[in-house]
Amino acid sequence: MAEKNLEQIFQEKVDNEIKIEPKDWMPDSYRKTLIRQISQHAHSEVVGMLPEARWITRAPSLSRKVALLAKVQDEAGHGLYLYSACETLGVERDDTIDDLHAGKAKYSSIFNYPTLSWADIGAIGWLVDGAAIMNQVPLCRCSFGPYSRAMVRVCKEESFHQRQGYSIMLKMANGTVEQKRMAQDAINRWWWPAMMMFGPNDAESDHSAQSMKWKIKRFSNDELRQRFLDMSVPQCQLLGCKVPDPDLKFNEETGHWEMGAIDWDEFWNVVKGNGKCNRQRLRDRKVAYDDGAWVRDAAMAYSEKKKARNSKMAAA
Amino acid sequence: MSNKKNWPLWEVFVRSKAGLSHRHSGSLHAADAEMALEMARDVYTRRNEGVSIWVVESNNILASDPDAKDALFDPANDKIYRHPTFYELPDEVKYM
Repeated sequence: MAEKNLEQIFQEKVDNEIKIEPKDWMPDSYRKTLIRQISQHAHSEVVGMLPEARWITRAPSLSRKVALLAKVQDEAGHGLYLYSACETLGVERDDTIDDLHAGKAKYSSIFNYPTLSWADIGAIGWLVDGAAIMNQVPLCRCSFGPYSRAMVRVCKEESFHQRQGYSIMLKMANGTVEQKRMAQDAINRWWWPAMMMFGPNDAESDHSAQSMKWKIKRFSNDELRQRFLDMSVPQCQLLGCKVPDPDLKFNEETGHWEMGAIDWDEFWNVVKGNGKCNRQRLRDRKVAYDDGAWVRDAAMAYSEKKKARNSKMAAA
Repeated sequence: MSNKKNWPLWEVFVRSKAGLSHRHSGSLHAADAEMALEMARDVYTRRNEGVSIWVVESNNILASDPDAKDALFDPANDKIYRHPTFYELPDEVKYM
């Protein structure tokens, strides 16, 4: 009886757009859903640095290099905001990282594709960050306070990511024949994975209805995908590049672009761990984490030593 | 919960410009206060968001219990005389 009342109070708050804060009562399933979603979002930010990081040293100019460096640094920061938001729900960051390394937690599948040329960095900024922004803007109004605040910060910083990507694409698409070929090739490889970033079609999406009721989610996967398509097609055309979708057509009546069918077998195959880079990404994450262990331990040991020395001096 | 010895959690407060209060920006893990301050600079003020930073270890903060919110703030509910609108003034008094 009492439990039911709490649940009703909770849902009324959500319905009235009153944010839920960490110490407020919340249903266990709401807490679990958020821990899963926020930690996976955090992992995505961190793993997302890997495909781009290898291009920092290969950037074609100093200005492209500092911009990419700043973008990758932002992503580390975004991971941190998100882990912090997740920790307010009563989990420890290291435990969520252990889950990632044990293969128990997922991250966005998009980062399991390889970055083959400099144009890929342009395509990632433009399409991948573009799709991420489309997903994240509604999350700024998410019912859970710490998640929504983290998203406000992330979205503010991320609009530069998309622009720097499109700026690379513009340069390449208006460059030499070979640069144009690279731009088109990058679009061919990133277009569909970016469209898949919005998740399964609404009819197939397991968690959607509950997340909508809890106002964690505000728009359906297909709604967001449609908006992204309508934005991206003209941008692709402006580059003078071809959208790699033979069935793409503009519906004069609705004023919307209509895309061909998504290859969901590929999507699920990558989710299940069989993408081109799944193993490499996870291995790189683990190596970075394990190699950094001594630094974390040394800093902690130093801090404890200093504390002990200070209290000894205070006692003397 | 893990049994590893993790860096403690710190809360970060940033003053965005002179004249404004420090405001909570978020949190981070650091081994000690100096490191927390340096990391707060890198994480929360990469785009000139601040002119001053405070860091405080999270477990030094005592927070009120949200479930006791009603009882805690109840005393303020019936004291409308604390607001200027409670007092009626003659029309002749234009500004007060």
